[in-house]
Amino acid sequence: MSDLATLSALDAAAKVRAGEASAREIVGATLARIAAQNTKLGAFTDVTSARALARAEALDAAKARGEALGPLAGATFAVKNLFDVEGLPTRAGSKINRERAPARADATLITKLEAAGAILVGALNMGEYAYDFTGENAHDGPSRNPHDLGCMSGGSSGGSGSAVGGGLVPLALGSDTNGSIRVPSALCGIYGLKPTYGRLSRARSFPFVSSLDHLGPFARSVADLAVSYDAMQGVDPDDPGQAPRASEPTFAALEEGVRGLRIATLGGYFAKGAEPAVLASLERVARALGAERVVELPEAGRARAAAFLITMAEGGALHLDRLKTRAADYDSDTRDRLIAGALLPAAWVVKAQKLRRWFRAQALEIFKDVDVLLAPATPVRAPALGQKTFVLDGVDVPVRANLGLFTQPISFIGLPVVAVPVWPPGSLLPTGVQVIAPPWREDLALRVAARLEREGVTRAPIGRAAEA
Amino acid sequence: MNFDADAYIDASLPLLDLTVSEGARPGVKLNLEIAARLSRLVLDWPLDDEAEPAPVYVP
Repeated sequence: MSDLATLSALDAAAKVRAGEASAREIVGATLARIAAQNTKLGAFTDVTSARALARAEALDAAKARGEALGPLAGATFAVKNLFDVEGLPTRAGSKINRERAPARADATLITKLEAAGAILVGALNMGEYAYDFTGENAHDGPSRNPHDLGCMSGGSSGGSGSAVGGGLVPLALGSDTNGSIRVPSALCGIYGLKPTYGRLSRARSFPFVSSLDHLGPFARSVADLAVSYDAMQGVDPDDPGQAPRASEPTFAALEEGVRGLRIATLGGYFAKGAEPAVLASLERVARALGAERVVELPEAGRARAAAFLITMAEGGALHLDRLKTRAADYDSDTRDRLIAGALLPAAWVVKAQKLRRWFRAQALEIFKDVDVLLAPATPVRAPALGQKTFVLDGVDVPVRANLGLFTQPISFIGLPVVAVPVWPPGSLLPTGVQVIAPPWREDLALRVAARLEREGVTRAPIGRAAEA
Repeated sequence: MNFDADAYIDASLPLLDLTVSEGARPGVKLNLEIAARLSRLVLDWPLDDEAEPAPVYVP
């Protein structure tokens, strides 16, 4: 039965359509694998078994009646626990939020994936209130790296990285404010898509930084990433922050390849400080794509600083009332950053928002003669759990603030990115590369990722550390 | 930059009706000092008065 649990989402759906497996069998195998391995991985905080089994039986019955099935029929997925799941309090990685009333409706993206036939099996561990790059959690314990249980999964969507990387589900959803999809993708060796800012609905998800929050999928194949992303697109009147754009499907064009695409590597800020294995992976990707040009995105360090300030200020403002009454119930690391954020002068934040528009203009200028940019995802491979610092450019820097050094300037201006996993020769832990496209061109980043996957430059094998 | 984080914390907390425990103060101070250092990178970058902030409200 374990084989059914570890299929890709599209392979699971193909088996269901062909009558080679029932949705009930796939869900059963998935629940069994979660039960066997989650204690070690710490990926799931809630398993919605009854709901999943009921949906699977309904789907099998629909098939028996000859009804058309969606592209993800019978494929299982799970969501970071900041997504509303009907009947569960939306804990957002916190202790405080579990006192909330159970959500009365699912987040829009869950509804959309289920409309495509996918089956929700639970909610996933995450860094408290998404203010995290490590995947550690003071209340629920860490989500662990599926390739080495002693290492970080990355955050804040740590459970998403751990669950997909460990083969508990083929698909997961997470959020990315400064890197929280791309960092766990890189550390866990899977694919992650952070779409353009405003592309996917955020309705009924717990916010962090409204100016910078994105939602998106994780998978072990580019095709799964594209199909799930396509299923989640579309205008949602419940999200006032969403851009009014119609669906622009990507899956059909995945195999178009990269011929004619002008691809360059980001130099300057993005070429400094990363460990040699990370830079070697980036070079390998660039070489495979024939990307010889190096371009510089000016003032990326200032962009990162501005994203940092906006995050602190908006996060602090969001939590102000809770910081007054429940300070002791926060993880102290989160609490201290949020309090400091609440105290920042308004002038800093307004200037940071001006810098954001200026930096966007710099990126758009580059995209006039480049179609896709490449950059490292994280400066290092997965640090050990509990590790507080790593060496960057010869200097010890805090893990928590610096794992997102290369992701933060990119999400600051909302560019779509696919994080792709690259394995250094002989390494037990993967590295990640960001494939960055112009606004609203997720299709280009996905096409490049598909090409890299097809050529074997990137791959996402299941991490089996929890099976030992 | 001549920035006294302790004095700033003491002066600004009452504005927000917020208190900080003794246990939290070193962490708050450290984070504020990091933010102050990063703010230089933002504030020092010259932008016109007319530069539009990124978010635009659509009525």
